[in-house]
Amino acid sequence: MLQTPTKTVQPLVSLAGVGVRRQGRWLVRGVEFSIAPGEIVTLIGPNGSGKSTTAKAAIGVLKADEGTVERKAGLKVGYVPQKLAVDWTMPLTVDRLMTLTSPLKGAEIDAALEATGIRHLARAEVQHLSGGEFQRALLARAIARKPDLLVLDEPVQGVDFSGEIALYDLIKTIRNTTGCGILLISHDLHVVMAETDTVICLNGHVCCRGTPEIVSQSPEYLKLFGARAGQTLAFYNHNHDHTHLPDGRVQHADGSITDDCRPDDGHHVEILPTGGKAGPMRIVHTHGPNCGCDHDHSAAPVGSKGERRDA
Amino acid sequence: MLDDFFMRALVAGVGLAITAGPLGCFVVWRRMAYFGDTMAHSALLGVALSLLMDFNLLLSVFIVAAAISMLLLVLQKRGTLSTDALLGILSHATLAIGLVLVSFMTWVRIDLVGFLFGDILAVSRADVDLVWGGGILVTFAIVWMWRPLIASTVNPELAEAEGLQPERARLAFMLLMALVIAIAMKIVGILLITSLLIIPAATARRFSTSPEIMAVLASVIGALAVVGGLFGSLKFDTPSGPSIVVAALGLFVLSLLTKQRTGGADHSAASQGGRA
Repeated sequence: MLQTPTKTVQPLVSLAGVGVRRQGRWLVRGVEFSIAPGEIVTLIGPNGSGKSTTAKAAIGVLKADEGTVERKAGLKVGYVPQKLAVDWTMPLTVDRLMTLTSPLKGAEIDAALEATGIRHLARAEVQHLSGGEFQRALLARAIARKPDLLVLDEPVQGVDFSGEIALYDLIKTIRNTTGCGILLISHDLHVVMAETDTVICLNGHVCCRGTPEIVSQSPEYLKLFGARAGQTLAFYNHNHDHTHLPDGRVQHADGSITDDCRPDDGHHVEILPTGGKAGPMRIVHTHGPNCGCDHDHSAAPVGSKGERRDA
Repeated sequence: MLDDFFMRALVAGVGLAITAGPLGCFVVWRRMAYFGDTMAHSALLGVALSLLMDFNLLLSVFIVAAAISMLLLVLQKRGTLSTDALLGILSHATLAIGLVLVSFMTWVRIDLVGFLFGDILAVSRADVDLVWGGGILVTFAIVWMWRPLIASTVNPELAEAEGLQPERARLAFMLLMALVIAIAMKIVGILLITSLLIIPAATARRFSTSPEIMAVLASVIGALAVVGGLFGSLKFDTPSGPSIVVAALGLFVLSLLTKQRTGGADHSAASQGGRA
């Protein structure tokens, strides 16, 4: 089920040691990952952790202040931004939205609207769509131009649970039929799309990375979310070796405290992905006294304030 | 035909309205009404500098208006004051400096009222050529850059991600604005230019289902306002520039009375649509 991209395939985009700085502050640093055709990479992390910044750096909307971003020549991107508000003074129907950045044939527009299930809304003005309908319209627009790389910044925001499952199913179908690479940003720290090949947890830097844990066979899980969700969603086990302190500094597993956290700062040990252990629904967690995730750590020495940035 | 001063005024006015229509739509969509006003006010500084340095009036106004828009971009990036406050400062500062400079130049006699409110009945054959020549240039540029302009108006980052260079579109838009202001100054005057940009576009919104329709309709409505205003000014012996604006306003009020076709009156969407 999981596609492991082979190293021989040229990645669509690859980031090495990427950092973005604004007004003297690093929004994100030391980011490394690449996306191959057909691969799904999910970025997770708390608010303000640099997920959108990282995605924007990957597609060239933001310039990296350090490190390198390499994009395949002629890379065609389909982008669904996190926020998009169309001023009500602009008359814009869903149909017209489809051809916003490139001309398309009528059949291509229809196919994209059909795939996202909003064909009946083709003539509706985008300002009158509900949150979920608008997200579908944006997704339809992004896929209609047949991109090599689809970048989706919180595509399931404003969508109810069953709609979320449907959208993730749709994203999976898009990947399977077009073979495009997908960079997905999720607001959920623990539940990700099951088809994700690589999960990257960000908080100003890459905190941990791995593959989601497939728990669809777990009876408790199926009872809670339903069989359909079990096929679509999966848990991600964080594997942090450091803690974010309230003042933004980082406490490493060896007890030392540094101003920032970089892969090469010598405080990190090799982390192996925990793999697909199909177990009970409890989130298996390997962490220090306070790993910065939003779990209860009443016994943690840093206290709940220490979780502020991660919660 | 163009021997008659009234015909010249009509032809020049209609030419300007056609040019202003699509540009005015972008001013409305991008919420840049006050920005357009600021650029227009800076035209008086352009007039004063042109007289001071004995330089071509049109070019001088164009350069000053373009320079002010660039200055605003620089100040915005520094981010110490809100755009709103910056516009207020630049708008009235340039107008005031222009007026002060003009008062220093006791050796020139200039018709200040003509610059502030326009003198469309005094347009020459050369002015008509300029309006139409400049208008065709502006319209071609807008048509050529239409997709990047629309896409970057909806969302600059989306346009950038999908390879449409929104910064270039924005720069081109500002230069086109400066050009239209330079051309329009003589016809409706510095203080009324933005109304010819905004009112027809706002009127067109209610009857439009796409950005393209709105742009064309704004041109048509603007042209109607020019014709109506000029005939009104002839009939009632009123100043021509303000009469055109009053006619445009009349059409806008009429449009409010008609039944909404697109259902765009849902103003709850307006608050969501807020974008600087």
